[in-house]
Amino acid sequence: MYKLKATIIKDIRILLRDKVGIALAFIMPIILVIIVTSIQNSTFQLVNKNRITMMVCNRDTGKLSTQLMSTLDKMGMFKINNIDKAETDDAIKQRMRGKDALLAIVIPADYTQKITAKAKNVSGKALNSFGLSGDTAKSKISVNPLAMYYQPIIQESYRMSINGALRSALQIVESRETLRQLYFAINEKPLPEALEKDLLNNQTKINELPVSISGGIIMPNATQHNVPAWTIFAMFFIIISLGGSVVREKISGSFIRLKTLPTNFMVALVSKQITYLGVTLLQALVIFSMGIWLFPHIGLPALNLPSDYFGLLMVTLVCGWCAVSYAICMGVYCQTQEQANGFGAVSIVIMAAVGGLMVPSFAMPDAFKTVAAISPLHWCIEAYYTLFLEGGKLKDVIPNLLPLLGITLLIQLAAYIGLKKKNLI
Amino acid sequence: MAITDSLAVDIQNLSFSYAEDAGVHYTGLNLQIPKGERFGLFGPNGAGKTTLMSLMTGLINADSGSIKLLGEPVDKKNKAVNKLFGFVPQDFSFYQELSPAENLEFFGAWAGLTKKQTNHRTTELLEVLGLQDVRNQQVQKFSGGMKRRVNLAIGVIHNPAILFLDEPTVGVDVQTRHAIIGYLHQLNEQGTTLVYTSHQLSEAEDLCNDVAMIDDGKIIAQGGLNSLMEKYKEPTLEGLFLKLTGKQYRD
Repeated sequence: MYKLKATIIKDIRILLRDKVGIALAFIMPIILVIIVTSIQNSTFQLVNKNRITMMVCNRDTGKLSTQLMSTLDKMGMFKINNIDKAETDDAIKQRMRGKDALLAIVIPADYTQKITAKAKNVSGKALNSFGLSGDTAKSKISVNPLAMYYQPIIQESYRMSINGALRSALQIVESRETLRQLYFAINEKPLPEALEKDLLNNQTKINELPVSISGGIIMPNATQHNVPAWTIFAMFFIIISLGGSVVREKISGSFIRLKTLPTNFMVALVSKQITYLGVTLLQALVIFSMGIWLFPHIGLPALNLPSDYFGLLMVTLVCGWCAVSYAICMGVYCQTQEQANGFGAVSIVIMAAVGGLMVPSFAMPDAFKTVAAISPLHWCIEAYYTLFLEGGKLKDVIPNLLPLLGITLLIQLAAYIGLKKKNLI
Repeated sequence: MAITDSLAVDIQNLSFSYAEDAGVHYTGLNLQIPKGERFGLFGPNGAGKTTLMSLMTGLINADSGSIKLLGEPVDKKNKAVNKLFGFVPQDFSFYQELSPAENLEFFGAWAGLTKKQTNHRTTELLEVLGLQDVRNQQVQKFSGGMKRRVNLAIGVIHNPAILFLDEPTVGVDVQTRHAIIGYLHQLNEQGTTLVYTSHQLSEAEDLCNDVAMIDDGKIIAQGGLNSLMEKYKEPTLEGLFLKLTGKQYRD
């Protein structure tokens, strides 16, 4: 026991003197988790709470374009900034390049005229189909498109939701006009406002209900997504410190010297695993604490810990053990510290990307979903999300922990074979 | 009393070759080093000195034959034999991030000492090797000579009966060399058998009383230093070395 204690003390001393390793193990993930959560949170707010400025060049002089702008304004998604209808397309593009707005729409000059004509046409067709006499229906009336300019920095998913909102507003205006035309054709008087409201505004509401294992409602947000993800990333980045330490011991000949001493080399490996597992637990503790106590002070949603603390501890322990095993394995196979740092860091970024830390794995192509299963980070994030987002308990993460333990044991075996082949044990 | 009881190292019919026939190989090697010797192992680069040292310390395993240290077979499953010897490799095989005292504390535990024994030996060795004033400073800031002394201190932390030394004074100044050789004499007087290899032949003359010349995995001469110099009519070890191994480059 004294040998193990002395070895752990030695490993802790070396770790504490590795300033770069400590910085990468703690400071880098802390910065990353704050930055990424802030960015995702502000995107979330932009889409859901803040209004995005939209320049509107209304070249139409009719009432329907005014209704369209009013409808867009009522949606609460856009802050309408009217610009002179005389502005040319080039002038609008110039304004966009000057970052006046991320978005601009141009309502064509004949918008009201065309929509009205279309509504009359549809109304006529409807009356004819009812067996009543209506205006002779034309086969088709084409409406000039509404132009939407956007900054290329707007991501596709966000652009799609803007497009959806615009389509919805256009549909409301067109439907209202068709109803009015139909009502007028039948009753020869305008559609009463109350009836119009009843017909158009009585929409079925949508209740958004995240599915959870516990049955409780946990509202997902940028913090709940990012804190677990970057905690895993931080744990695996222990490779910079631990992988480098293993390589240094190999190169310096310390491992060789240990082999000449009357102590089993496994003591050295167990010590490294205990010491650095402690570091990964500390990383998780620091990052989770930040999520709980610091985030609300900097305008980010607070982290809600899962109700099953024991489950959280077990997941963190298994993730940490896998990260430590991977770092030791890399240290065993890499010839230089530079190799361990470079290959280690790149491989973790790749495994994180493939594993679903950066893009959710459900959104990946099928081939990548299969590859994700061999990334230990995938099973780590699945286990954390089950706890943090779905309100799961330890029994719910067992299907994630078993493959993760399997991968960890394979990594340990690979490290053992490497040590044997290099005659270090 | 068996003859082996008086032997520090007893190598019988040793055969060894590296995988894919790379490097030196030994076939049927026999070597006996009596207890209490200051034994020098010399040869040109690539002759097999380090390989033999690695075989004697159990770092690599022989293909056949046996190696015994004080009657105990060298076998990776027999960790008891590792208590009998100390090893001072040519590289600085310790933790440069740690201080001399911290290194000795760790290696003392691995050598099987208790905390109390380690503390006692640490103080003793740092004093003898002139490292007491820097006992708590990180070794990475030390000069080459100071690092050599730390390397030596770790090798002898557990008072081994046999001490294997691979180039223990390479790259040090005259003062440090003098101190290290002096300390090795002192250890030998206390009963430690020294098995030493170096290219510093004048230093070897000061230290060794018995030598073996090896070349291409074979012992080409062995005996008392003075009797060998007399036999080959060479007044210095360097002359003897060149006479036996030739003047061609070996690497």
